[in-house]
Amino acid sequence: MPIILDHVTYKYSTGTAYEKTALSDVCLTIPDGQFIGIIGHTGSGKSTLVQHLNGLLKATEGTIYYNGKDIYDKTFDMKDLRTQVGMVFQYPEHQLFETTVFEDVSFGPKNQGLPKKDVDLRAYEALSSVGIPQEVCDSSPFELSGGQKRRVAIAGVLAMKPAVLILDEPTAGLDPKGRDEILDLIQETHRRSGNTVILVSHSMEDVASYVDRIIVMDGGKVKYDDTPKEVFKSYKELEEIGLAAPQVTYLMKELKEAGWPVKSSVTTVSEARDEIIKALKK
Amino acid sequence: MLRDITIGQYYPADSKIHSLDPRVKLLATLVYIISLFMVDDVFSLLFISVALAAVIVTSKVPFTYIMRGLHSIIILLIFAAAFNIFLTPGIPIFTIWKLNVTKEGIKSAAVMMIRMIYLIAGTSLMTLTTTPNALTDGLEKSLSPLNKINVPVHEIAMMMSIALRFIPILIEETDKIMKAQMARGADFESGSIIKKAKNMVPLLVPLFVSAFRRANDLAMAMEARCYHGGEGRTKMKPLKYQKGDAVAYVLLAAYLAGVIIIKIVTNSIL
Ligand SMILES: Nc1ncnc2c1ncn2[C@@H]1O[C@H](COP(=O)(O)OP(=O)(O)OP(=O)(O)O)[C@@H](O)[C@H]1O
Ligand SMILES: [Mg+2]
Repeated sequence: MPIILDHVTYKYSTGTAYEKTALSDVCLTIPDGQFIGIIGHTGSGKSTLVQHLNGLLKATEGTIYYNGKDIYDKTFDMKDLRTQVGMVFQYPEHQLFETTVFEDVSFGPKNQGLPKKDVDLRAYEALSSVGIPQEVCDSSPFELSGGQKRRVAIAGVLAMKPAVLILDEPTAGLDPKGRDEILDLIQETHRRSGNTVILVSHSMEDVASYVDRIIVMDGGKVKYDDTPKEVFKSYKELEEIGLAAPQVTYLMKELKEAGWPVKSSVTTVSEARDEIIKALKK
Repeated sequence: MLRDITIGQYYPADSKIHSLDPRVKLLATLVYIISLFMVDDVFSLLFISVALAAVIVTSKVPFTYIMRGLHSIIILLIFAAAFNIFLTPGIPIFTIWKLNVTKEGIKSAAVMMIRMIYLIAGTSLMTLTTTPNALTDGLEKSLSPLNKINVPVHEIAMMMSIALRFIPILIEETDKIMKAQMARGADFESGSIIKKAKNMVPLLVPLFVSAFRRANDLAMAMEARCYHGGEGRTKMKPLKYQKGDAVAYVLLAAYLAGVIIIKIVTNSIL
């Protein structure tokens, strides 16, 4: 189900003294099955952009096509779009409300109109995949730790099995192990089901090692849209807009400048390791 | 949708009215409201209209902003006007289906409408040109004599400014939670009243939880920074009268005198 953004502009608080253009003239095509990373400085419009993809914000100008249909058409079924494009918000733990963890995760599948058996099955699967132990399932979501709440909230969206999964900084505030676990889980779901994943992140390392394509936002505009390798080649320009390349890219560049026969366009640690071993063997 | 709420909304602009001391604006609003209820003849209302228009123009706040507050009371206005027109006893002008429309009725409806509209316009103008903080500062200072009879003026002012400060935060939070639940397929718009009320649970529970969490956090943060109530507390920006405030007081006195004189003159003529 490809998503096409056609010259999308969005302004907050239109018609008031606080009008603010958060997106200006964004054109993007999101084909099926890609793992996309969105990076950008604070306030560059990342959250605003992703909230358009499931119709939570309506573009001030321009339109969005989902599967060839204009989502702002009167006849378009918005509820259907929202069940197919799942979204994990920045700090999703603030949306928990049910009496038990299990009930909370069931909320999404229930709204999809699935029979009770399927709802339970999905909730159970989602909870175990995010690593929530079974004995926690019947406790109140408000008694959990911050990281556990985050996992439950993510499970709540995973249980809906969306064709397009959007995650707005899902790992902010988690410890390194928890972060890797969640990202690995997302990657595995992506590999297994072939869904589209859009990951908004501040961490260049995360983005470089998981995604196939990076969209760089700056001041509400798309600045770069390419593979991680190509995007991080322009690390100088990235630094100008408050971003950076992954640490290993800098390391490899310095090694190269010191005369080592290595490629400098490396973006992940494992690639760097291979390059260095190769260079040592020469 | 939620952003249409205008209570305590401030319109930033650089005008003579904005830079007035909040105490002046509070007193002026009070005098203005009293004057509105003192008068009911054409000349006085004309005088008040001119004064109000002059202040609106000086404030540089767009007219549509000031009138936005009227949306919420328009139905109330229509009802009140209808009751006034049909139910005021007096000389009937014509009759619609057993209901007498009287001259007095039309007059009192018109006066009432004008009063209400002017009341909203005047008070909105005050909140639009004064930040909530300045407003509570002004109130605290104006009411400080009440301290002598053991009214906790500082605490009341502090609660008020926190409450005002939290309105936009809670609106934003509601917006956020609503979006998050809509993304999970929640439906806040359709269905019967009972269904709608039930559908509000996923919105209200997280909202209350977060409001309590915020209140708790704020109390802790204030204590951690040694807040201990109003006693011996000084201000970073104490209120000080400027030249413009003196001018404003003079104009206010002139306004009050004008209203009273017009009232006396018209009373003696009629
Ligand atoms: N509800 C809102 N009302 C008004 N302006 C807003 C609102 N939300 C965001 N903005 C503004 O829109 C711009 C883009 O915000 P957005 O939340 O999309 O940024 P972001 O890239 O997600 O930032 P971050 O990395 O901090 O999450 C910002 O300048 C912000 O001030
Ligand atoms: Mg964001």
